[in-house]
Amino acid sequence: MNGVELRNVTKAYAGLTVMEDINLEIADGDFLVLLGPSGCGKSTLLNMIAGLEPTTGGAIHINGRDVTDLEPDERDIAMVFQSYALYPTMSVRRNIGFGLKMRGMPKDEIETRVAEVGELLQITPLLDRKPSQLSGGQQQRVAIGRALVREPSVFLFDEPLSNLDAKLRADMRIELKRLHERLGRTIVYVTHDQIEAMTLATKVVVLDKGRIQQVDTPENVYRRPANRFVASFVGAPTMNFVDGKLAQNGEDIVFDSGAGCLPLINVPIEARDLVGRQMTLGARPEHMLFDDTGISSRVLLAEPTGPDQYVRLAVAGAELTARSGPEQIFRSGADTRILVDGARMSLFDPQNGQALLRA
Amino acid sequence: MMRYNRLALYGLLSVAAIMILLPVFIMVSTSLKSMDEIRNGSIFTLPVDPGFAAWGKAWFGDCAKTLGDTCGGLSSSFMTSVKIVIPALFLSVGLGAVTGYSLAAWKMKGANVMFAALLVGMFIPPQVTLYPLIIMIRELGIFGTIPGLILVHVIWGVAFTTMMFRNFFKTVPQDLLKAARIDGAGFWPLFWHVMLPLSLPILGVAMILQFTYIWNDFLLGLTFGGRAGQPMTVALNNLVGSQFGEKEYNVDMAATMLTALPTLAVYLLSGRLFVRGIAAGAVKG
Repeated sequence: MNGVELRNVTKAYAGLTVMEDINLEIADGDFLVLLGPSGCGKSTLLNMIAGLEPTTGGAIHINGRDVTDLEPDERDIAMVFQSYALYPTMSVRRNIGFGLKMRGMPKDEIETRVAEVGELLQITPLLDRKPSQLSGGQQQRVAIGRALVREPSVFLFDEPLSNLDAKLRADMRIELKRLHERLGRTIVYVTHDQIEAMTLATKVVVLDKGRIQQVDTPENVYRRPANRFVASFVGAPTMNFVDGKLAQNGEDIVFDSGAGCLPLINVPIEARDLVGRQMTLGARPEHMLFDDTGISSRVLLAEPTGPDQYVRLAVAGAELTARSGPEQIFRSGADTRILVDGARMSLFDPQNGQALLRA
Repeated sequence: MMRYNRLALYGLLSVAAIMILLPVFIMVSTSLKSMDEIRNGSIFTLPVDPGFAAWGKAWFGDCAKTLGDTCGGLSSSFMTSVKIVIPALFLSVGLGAVTGYSLAAWKMKGANVMFAALLVGMFIPPQVTLYPLIIMIRELGIFGTIPGLILVHVIWGVAFTTMMFRNFFKTVPQDLLKAARIDGAGFWPLFWHVMLPLSLPILGVAMILQFTYIWNDFLLGLTFGGRAGQPMTVALNNLVGSQFGEKEYNVDMAATMLTALPTLAVYLLSGRLFVRGIAAGAVKG
């Protein structure tokens, strides 16, 4: 198959297994984001795809070719680094053309291709400068240019936007997305930033402790997290978790934490089968609804963010965060009423953290 | 308070500067005097009638006063020194750059052991290994020749230059090496196109230090050079120590100045580069 395929890939350092049995299919043209906290193994995985780190076991295929034992330059890949990793002593032109020169491409052809890439990334006026004379954003463009010029079948990005300031990061994000839509090449992109994952990816792989937690579209990773780790890692502010069980209250289903009952609305049918079982309820702040039929709760603190505000509430023996519009005024200590949108809630097994409801 | 500190600081620096510069002043001024003036005056006075006669004598020699085939001037040993320094300099720095680079940038088995061995090599005083080295060079059949002396200098220099380059190349970010690997740069292309251009400041410092060390060397030159490979320092010693009759202080001083001049020139010409390289090493290493 075209694209990238990892089969039972394992990585161990000095006998210590850090990644085990990674299986992953990256379709041709996918924008795959490897998402996870630092130390989860996402960069190691990317380096193994790049051939910068050897695998301990398993096989890596790129475009149907087994590349497990090939050198990075034989794998038909290009990589963009967080630190840009431009050659400091070379001009931008030479930086971009270096990989082609190493491949023995004729000079005039290199010139043409460097010029094309410069045009595409709007860095033509910078071609004769040294990297040290460029801003962070410009250096990042050059780094991308150096990858583009090679026309590889897979692009690898290692946290490429982490060193940019917030505004530039947002701009570059949009540009990367445009670039992907325009070129339609396969991209594997490592980040710990969930916003990047949500906005850029066609497919997200959430990693923790060297294991794949979930592979899905960004929407599903957000809406239907496969386990508690994914649920808590994706989304800011983080999802609310309450331990307890579902209980029947007349016609309605409620969530009984032991210290109080959270009313639920729109509870899916499958959830009715779980009544009485010990579990963890997960509800995102935007799925906590202020409603007069809800349970009484006390406002601890309101954090306005501009477009909306996050209200910290003491309810049913827990501290939960709910999202509200900016208009309403919440005073600390005031009473309000809250309920949970059961259609969007998650339920987790308290032992292994796996989701009990799957879409 | 601040002002007194400054004052003390400048006072101390001035004393240090005088202590270093005074002998130089005496050398220069004495070398420009005639023997009559030296006999009758103080060494601290300026020459009344400065002239370069002593310098000429030191350089070309005084054929009336010496025995043997040369006239005892330093000019021929100057050329010998040049013939020793230039190849020894380029070989020791070049080899050090390549070995330092391979130790720092390539994961090879036993790299750390090699590096430790080199460090030990650097700290062993030359006197200790002198005799075994003599036997080695003799067995190679180049004892008492310029190539033999060059080889000894390279052996001695390469430990030091390797350490300098290795420590510098260790500061090069890993990502840069990874980027080069992805671009398909192997051992030599990575060295030539990426690493060596990066190391220019260190290259400068290594060249200057090695030049100074080899030029100023006396012990190895005396031991391994023989008659054919007698460097300027050894010749200076012979000149100063083996004259008949009255000691010609002005000629001795001039000869000493001549011997010291090349290193002095190198420092003056490359001073800025030198300081920059030292600073670069200090901040990063």
